Order: sequence, then C-alpha cells, then structure tokens
Amino acid sequence: MAKIVSKINTRSPEFIENSEHMLAQVNDLKEKVADIKLGGSERSRNKHLARGKLLPRDRVKALLDSGSPFLELSQLAAYKVYDDNIPSAGIITGIGRVAGQECIIVANDATVKGGTYYPLTVKKHLRAQTIAQENNLPCIYLVDSGGANLPNQDDVFPDKEHFGRIFFNQANMSAQAIPQIAVVMGSCTAGGAYVPAMADESIIVKEQGTIFLAGPPLVKAATGEVVSAEDLGGADVHCRTSGVADHYAQNDNHALDIARHAIENLNRVKSVSIDVQPIQKPDYSTDEIYGIVPKDSKQPFDVREIIARVVDGSEFDEFKALYGTTLVCGFARIYGYPVGIVANNGILFGESAQKGAHFIQLCAQRKIPLVFLQNITGFMVGQQYEAGGIAKHGAKMVTAVATAQVPKFTVLIGGSFGAGNYGMCGRAYDPRFLFMWPNARISVMGGEQAAGVLAQVKRDQKESRGESWSTEEESTFKQPIIDDYEHQGHPYYASARLWDDGVIDPAQTRDTLGLAISASLNKPIEDTKFGIFRM
Amino acid sequence: MSTQNHNIQSKMFTKILIANRGEIACRIIKTAKKMGISTVAVYSDADQNALHVKMADEAVYIGSSPSRESYLKTDRVIQAAIQTGAQAIHPGYGFLSENSEFCRLCDENNITFIGPPIGAIEAMGSKSAAKNIMEAANVPLVPGYHGDDQSETTIKAAADKMGYPVLLKATAGGGGKGMRQIWSADEFSEGFDAVKREALSSFGDDTMLVEKYLTQPRHVEIQVFCDNHGNTVYLFERDCSVQRRHQKVVEEAPAFSMSETLRAQMGEAAIKSAQAIGYQGAGTVEFLLDVDGSFYFMEMNTRLQVEHPVTEFITKQDLVEWQLRVAANEILPKEQHELSIHGHAFEARIYAEDANNDFLPDTGTLSFIRTPVENEFVRIDTGVCEGDEVSVFYDPMIAKLIVWGENREKALKRLTKALSEYHVGGVKTNVEFLTKLVTSTPFIEENIDTSFIEKHHDDIFSDTPLSNAKRDTELVKSALYILLEQQNRFTNKYKNNADPTSPWNTYNAWQFNDKSLHSLSLEYAGETYDVNVEELTSTQGTQYVVTLNDTKYDCIANLKNGLLTTINNHKSSTMISIQDHVVSIYTPTGTLSVNHIQPDLGDHDSNDAHGGLIAPMNGTMVKILVETGEAVTKDQPLVIMEAMKMEHTIRAPDNGTVDTIYYNEGDMVDGGAELLAFTASEGES
Repeated sequence: MAKIVSKINTRSPEFIENSEHMLAQVNDLKEKVADIKLGGSERSRNKHLARGKLLPRDRVKALLDSGSPFLELSQLAAYKVYDDNIPSAGIITGIGRVAGQECIIVANDATVKGGTYYPLTVKKHLRAQTIAQENNLPCIYLVDSGGANLPNQDDVFPDKEHFGRIFFNQANMSAQAIPQIAVVMGSCTAGGAYVPAMADESIIVKEQGTIFLAGPPLVKAATGEVVSAEDLGGADVHCRTSGVADHYAQNDNHALDIARHAIENLNRVKSVSIDVQPIQKPDYSTDEIYGIVPKDSKQPFDVREIIARVVDGSEFDEFKALYGTTLVCGFARIYGYPVGIVANNGILFGESAQKGAHFIQLCAQRKIPLVFLQNITGFMVGQQYEAGGIAKHGAKMVTAVATAQVPKFTVLIGGSFGAGNYGMCGRAYDPRFLFMWPNARISVMGGEQAAGVLAQVKRDQKESRGESWSTEEESTFKQPIIDDYEHQGHPYYASARLWDDGVIDPAQTRDTLGLAISASLNKPIEDTKFGIFRM
Repeated sequence: MSTQNHNIQSKMFTKILIANRGEIACRIIKTAKKMGISTVAVYSDADQNALHVKMADEAVYIGSSPSRESYLKTDRVIQAAIQTGAQAIHPGYGFLSENSEFCRLCDENNITFIGPPIGAIEAMGSKSAAKNIMEAANVPLVPGYHGDDQSETTIKAAADKMGYPVLLKATAGGGGKGMRQIWSADEFSEGFDAVKREALSSFGDDTMLVEKYLTQPRHVEIQVFCDNHGNTVYLFERDCSVQRRHQKVVEEAPAFSMSETLRAQMGEAAIKSAQAIGYQGAGTVEFLLDVDGSFYFMEMNTRLQVEHPVTEFITKQDLVEWQLRVAANEILPKEQHELSIHGHAFEARIYAEDANNDFLPDTGTLSFIRTPVENEFVRIDTGVCEGDEVSVFYDPMIAKLIVWGENREKALKRLTKALSEYHVGGVKTNVEFLTKLVTSTPFIEENIDTSFIEKHHDDIFSDTPLSNAKRDTELVKSALYILLEQQNRFTNKYKNNADPTSPWNTYNAWQFNDKSLHSLSLEYAGETYDVNVEELTSTQGTQYVVTLNDTKYDCIANLKNGLLTTINNHKSSTMISIQDHVVSIYTPTGTLSVNHIQPDLGDHDSNDAHGGLIAPMNGTMVKILVETGEAVTKDQPLVIMEAMKMEHTIRAPDNGTVDTIYYNEGDMVDGGAELLAFTASEGES
C-alpha cells in the first residue's frame, strides 16, 4: 500500500498553537467527563455504598473481563438539559468484553434520582439496544432503577420510542437469538419489572434486588395490604416461589460473576469473514492530530494528514485522487481490518459527490466497512452548480450512503452542515456508531450563514417598507443568532441530546474505530441492494 | 580385616528393579546407568508421569496411589521383577527397604535383594532386641528399659528411676513416629497413651521402651559397609543433629569437633555393631554423642540413608555402586586405609511444608522450580520437575541439596548461596527456613545439638521485615506482573480466534476520554494495598505509571525470564510466578507472597453461617473424641487426624454443639473436607 508522507512540521508555530487550542478543548472535555463519571451526589453515593452495593461504574468494571476496554456511549447524555443535574442521563451504557465476547452493557445509576428514567435516559437505553441489535451483541442489563421519572411521564411513557420500546426490543432481540441477561441489583419497579421478566436469564441479589409491578406504597394504596419490599419481590420470593428470577446472588460481585458465567454458556462464536492483516501502528503519533486541526475552523487542512494518524502504517490507497478532489476516498486498514475511507477535503461538488457514490458502491460490493470523516460546510451552491445538477449528484451519494449495508462509522472532525451531513452519513443514515471531536460543529448551516440569511430577509422587509437598517443594527440582530447556532451546534449540546454516541479525544480516534469495527463484525455483513440512482 | 580375594567372581546384574519412587529411585537409576545396568521402575497411579518412570528403561504399574496399594505391595513388586526379568531389587529407603518378609520373598523367587540379609533386618527391626544384641557385643547404650513387662506401672517406674526427661518410644517405630519426650512424671500417662495409639496405628505393635533423654546430645551416625566375604569398613560419620519433630533437615559430614581418636572409636563401635548381626551391604549405626564425648548406640538402619550423599562427597565414593557390587557378591571396592575424608559436605532437605505452622506438610502443584546450577560442588537429588504434584500420598520432600567445600566454612557459604538460588512455587517450602537456619550464628559457630531448632527458635524464625521502599518495589512488580501475565494469557487465548487483531484483545483497560487504568488490591504480610496502573502507549511502546501509597513509579515491563522491569530508571530482572491469584517473588532471602485480592463473592451457603470444621490437609481420621450431639467448650479437642506422619488435633472453635460427624476412625479424609457439623452456642463467643 502507498504511504502517506506527512508534510506537517510539528515544530512550526501554527502547529504548536493549534495543539494548544485543541488540547484545551480536550482537557475541558476530560474534566467534564471526569465529573460526570462520579455519578450522583456524594451523599447519594455514600448512601448507596452503605447499603453494601457497588457503584454502577464499579459494577461494570467487575462484570467486564479484567482489563477489557470499555467503549462507553454518550457520556455527556443529558448534560445541561434538565434543571436537575443528571450525569450520563443516569444510565451507563457501552460495549465491553465479558467472558471473551463483546457485549452491550446497560447499567442504571441509582445514585442519580434513584435511577429513574428521564426522557434522555430512555433514549440512551434504546440507543444501546439499537447498537446491540445492529451489531448482534448480547445485552446485559444491570438494573437498579425506580422506573419512569413520574414528573416527566409525558415524555417517557406514551410514544413509540419511549419506555415500552425497551421491552419490545428485548423481545425482538431474544427472537433474533441476541441474548438478554438481566441482573437485578436494586429496584425493578412497575415497567422496570419487565427487564428481568423479559430477559432470557435473570439474576437477583439477595436483600438488594426487588422486582414488582407495584411497590409497597402503591399496594397499600390500592388494596390496603401492608408488605415489605423484600417479602413482596425480593430474591427469595423470585428464586424460590415466583420463578421470575433464575439465579440467587449473595452480593453484587457474586451476581456479576453469575452474569459472566451466563455469557460463558451462550455458545456463540464470532466469525469474521473479511480479510484481516497484522496490525501496524501509524507512522505518526495519533496526538499530532491536535496540531493539524486549525485553531480557526474556517481554515482548511489536508484530511490525509488525519488519515495518516488513524490508519495502519499510515498506508492509504487513494481512489480517483485526481478527480473530485474535495472528497478523499481510498482503501486502508485499521487494526488490521480493511476499511474504505470517505473524507471531506473541502466543499462537495458534483464530481466529488459522484466519486463518493462510486466508492461507496465499491465498498458495499466488496463488503468493506466504511469510515466517514466529516468536515463539510455543504454542497456547492449557485446557478452554475444547480444547472450542473448538483442536486442529483448529491442525491446519488445520499442514495449510496443510505442503502449501503456494510457497517458505517462516522466521525465529525470539523463542521457538519446541511446536506453535507446527509451525504457523509450523518445520524439519520444509520452509521453503526457516530462520534464527534470537541472542535466539531453541527447545524443545518453555519451560524454566520444563518444569521446572514435571516438578516437579508429582514433587510429586504425593512427596505420594502422604506426603513433604513444600519450595519450596527444588523450586527446586533445577527449576534444572538450566531450565538444560538454556536451553542446548539456545539458537541456537548449535540451529545447531550444523543445526536451522536459520544464526544471523543481526537487522539483516541484510531482506537475507537478499531473497537467499533471489531464489535460490528459480530454481525455478518449483508448484501447491498441500492435504490435508483438519478443519472 | 581380611584381605581382598581376587578369585571371587562378580555376577554383576544386567537389569535391576527399583522398588521405590522419587529422588532415591532417580538417584539409583543414575548409578545403574553409569554401570551399564538396565533399570525397571515401578509406579502407582499418582506417579504415572513421574521423573523416575521417565528415567528408567522400563516401568511397571503396581497399583493405586496410596503406598499400601502399590509401593508396599510386596507381591506386585516381585511380580514386576519376574515379568521384566530383573535379577535384583533395590528397595531404596523407606517402603520395603527394611521389610524382612519382602527380603524372604525375593529369596524365594531367586531375586537378589540389594541390602542386608534377612537376619540382620530382623535383628535391627526391633529396637529393644537390637539393644540387647549390642549390649552383648559391648556397644555402649543409653540407660533405659527395654523389658517385656509392658505395663504402664513398670515402664513408669523405670522412667522414674533413671530420672526425667525420658524418651518413650515404640519398639517398632522409626522416622520420628511413635516417639515422645516426657519431661515430668505428671506427663507420663498422657504421653504413654499417645505413643501407644500411634504405634498401634502405624506399626500394628504397641510394644514400648523408655530411655534416658540426653538434654544436649548430638546425633552422629557412622556409615558402614560390609561385603559377603567378611570385609567391613566405615565411611566416617555424619552429623544429623539438626532435626525438627525428630526428622533430619540438615546433615553434614564430617561432624565438627571430632578428634581422630573419637572418630576411630565410633567407627570401630559401628563395625562391631555390624559384625554382631552378620551384616552385609550398606548400613548406618546411629549414636547419641554427649557433650563429654561419650556416645551411645541408638539404632542401626539397615538401608541406604537419605543423607548418604554427604558421605559420597567427602569420600569420593558412589555408595549405590558399592551396594550393587556387594549385592553382586564382589568384595568391597576399598579397604579402610584407602578411605579418607576430603573437605566438608552439607545436605539440606527441601520439603513442601510450612515451617511457620509447625512444619505442616503442604501439597499442590510445583508450578515453578528454579534450582542452582549443578557442578562438582553442588548436587541436587530430586524426583520432581516443574508441573509435578506433591501429593498427599507420599513424603513431601521436593529435593536434597548437597554441597561440598574445602572446609566447613566454605561449604556453608556454598550452601547459603545455593539455597538463595533455590526457588519453588505452588507449594509452601522450607527453603527460607533452611536459609535462616544455616546462616544463624549458633549454626555457623557449631553450637549444635538435637534440640537446635527449639533452642534457637527465635534466631531462626526471626522475621526481618522488608524496608518500606523495598516492599513497595515488590508490590509494584507484582502489580505489573499480574497485568502482563493476564494480558499475555488473553492474547494467547484470542490470537488464534476469528478476530485476532481486534483491539478488544489487548486488555489494556482502555476507556473514553480517560486514562487506561487498572486497579488492583494486593495483600502483603496482612496489609492491603491499592495499586493503580496506568498504561501509556506511544509509538515507542507501552509505559506504565504505577501509583501506590500516593507515590508514582515510572515503569517499563516485559515478561522475559520472569519479569524484566525498569522502575524509575532502575533495571532489574525478577524471578516471579503466579498461581491461584498469589504472586510469588523469588528472592535470595526467600519467597515473597503477594495476594491479588479477588472480589468477595459472598457466603454461598447461607445455612453455613456457623460453619463446619474443615480438614486442614489430606490424611487419616485417627481418633474421634466427641459424640454426635455433644456440647463442647472452646478449644476442646474434637478429633485427631494424622497426616504426613504427624498427628493434628482439631479443636472446637467456640462453645457449641457437635451436630454430625462425617467420618469414622480410620477413614481417609481429603484436605478441605468438612469433618463435622458444628453449631456455636448463641451469645458468648
């Protein structure tokens, strides 16, 4: 394969300045994440520990194979969304190795509002299940939740993508032979009771786990019966009498050990039917990415410099290098896996879109996973381009992306604006995973452009009424719009709302993609049937 | 002494059978090979893959693992010899080596027994009869009572007369079994019962004798050799005073502070003893040597001794070769005047045992063995390899380490060095104990008698704790080793699966937007330490930052001949292994054990809150002292188990009731088995 020879000088002032700028953003991200990973308040954590329970992150650690990587999803979920602080939306989700198999883990954090489901908790839980379903990964639910968050019930309970969907997914995944294991380590009330009840195998911790459709207060209110939580739905009831749970655990560690055995007994073998080669590290250090991305997001940079710091041996066989040059396409490997890379190197023209569509067809035909590196302000506009059929060329690329059945992985490494987001496999195009860098921005168009469009409309109205509008007045009008776009296009805002699967340190891009690709290969790659390409 | 007779015809064997196992079987095979003699090994179930089986030219299966079902089955051993056409049987030591019945069977089947004649075995088989013979032959004896009147009153009267302390012994006993010191008249009755019980169960004969117990005696024994033509020589003495529980642990030759006169006197007395019973072959006459230079006959061992290699070192002779030659009717290879003492030799017996817990034998897999290099000064006699099992069925000796030096001081230095290079993992061993013993001042200064270990207990068992810095370094190494070993295991496990390059296979604790951090809890010397290991990967490779007690250590680590580390720029290589979550670090001064604490999985049987009583090791139920339903008080003896030649009393852990007893007297019990159900009484404890 051809090597990418980096033209970056790591001692140049620009590089150093860029590095510092990116590092500051990465450090901010890490600080926020570290804070979020603490979970609920110190008081509620101490209360949780005093009950003899493990904190949810320690549960996950104990469940995973010792030293297993943990591809955590949406750490920033619900960040600054609600009036209350709901770290990680009160639920920890991710992929980790259990007994040698990649599994989806969904763990309630009872230290955050008793583990109750806010709307984004539901969304995050469902997203984890979607990942499990799309990638054929066993699910392990570590349940410790009071059920739906009652004040928010209208956004949690009734709709299609609400609480009920959790059990719908469990049933359907079970039907597809995707194992569903539940470990009841705390409350499992009302709807929550269906998580263990719908599981293939369930484990309950004595004197900690309870499963009931209605808790003691509701029972008393409904029938006057006075009963303790343990007698109503504790481990003894469910393991000895009701049969709702299958395994009786002495404590959290014991329960997690039983869950590990349950995975060991699945008799599942991962078969990877793509050409895998030995791993080569990139020739350049991955954290040099910091210095490559310009401090000023309007400045262009050669995306090949990023590719050189992500792929095996910095080797990249480029496709149609001389045609439609604003889109870089080519073959490479990440952790030995073959990948097709589609990366922006400027605005999308008709040629670049056609090239992209062609390349995606190649990868779908050859069953090569696709990696999209998004940094796109949009498709080219203007009379010349409309007349040249930019819409139909863009449509070809969108069609190819939408229907390609190979696993797709998207990383937002810069801007993600307008229809460019569609062609480059945005969230709506079902990439198996989508991650953002902390410098990335996402919105229907750039803040400046949006403010400009709105200001133009305003100016037209004023002028038609014969009123004048000073440039000062115009910029006062534009600033809040620009600010709004900046705020809403920020990765934290996006990630908080589950528009992605996480904001990542750019230096971890290679590892993240490697883990994600490997996890996706649990599902055999299917044949693609494309739609009609408008020629 | 008669002169050599050159007309005697050798009928050297072409094939012999070795009716033994372990190191002694291997050692005999070596000499046989050297002499061009084919060898036949015998083996039990437990020994199917044992070293002696691999070394022998042929091997015959003779039964299940317990020695009474195999190595003590005289008919099967004889059958194996007939079947393979072996002309002679070497019995080694222990097992059938002093069994006159077996000797007779050999004779009847025209197989040469490589050992003394039946009469000599029988004569020495009974300690009291042996003493009568020696008394008649004017060999000096320790004052004592060896009479036929076995009543407690008579024996106690004799004890009272000679004055305490006295030693009570089973006449048929040996190897430290059926023997007890009695320090005052009050203790007599209890000791008498215990020795009787042990004697009856071990030898089926509870005849006893009582002797004066010398308070500072040395155990000095003389190696003698007699051929079938009336020639007798002695190959000087061995000092085997250092004993624990009446079993030898360190032996040396020659004995220190021996005058030539005393040596000659003892040698002549030993020859007299041998001649008194018409001895042939290798024998050892054991004496007690008092501080005033007087010595008393103890017993004669009619076999090759465990500690014979020290004699071989100082005489430059091969005693097994001598045995074979004598058995083949040759004359002795050397006359007395041709024998002399060269330098000094030590033997240290390496056992699987817990020196800190009353030398309780240990069993398990020898997961790790590294020994000093063998050369003209260092010899290792062993019957096991790494991966072998020390089972409950046989003696827990792992090896004999024998060293030679120009004098005692030089030999002792070599012994110390060799012990520092002897590393065994998987079972507890006495290596550290031996090191402390041989480096203790009284041992160096020859201040030794048979109660050496009890007397200098504090010296030998003193624990010099590691400095905090050293301890922390060892903990850092343990943590790194645990991680690397685990990653290595995972990598090997997954490298051949369908997804060999997966980053999931790295087990580097990778996580998003955070450090790759491993957290471990380690336990050392009763203290728990939390250790964090951060993995830093760069194009240069992996580095580790280990945090322990708020101190950071910058490390590089690789699994190479153990563990190769650079900790804060200090490079070192560590011999290290792990088994069942326990890391063993082998250092010149002993093995450090670091426990990798595993998650508490709770008490699996909630009805088991009070617990039963668990057998501390494999063994036999000797005596049940309580009845079902009996109320007992804390520390009351409940049952007595016997294992590895020693009795162990199981006591009540608390006031309470014995609910059920799961074994009968005489039953074999597996280590860890619940012996009885016990319920502690409510309230006080």
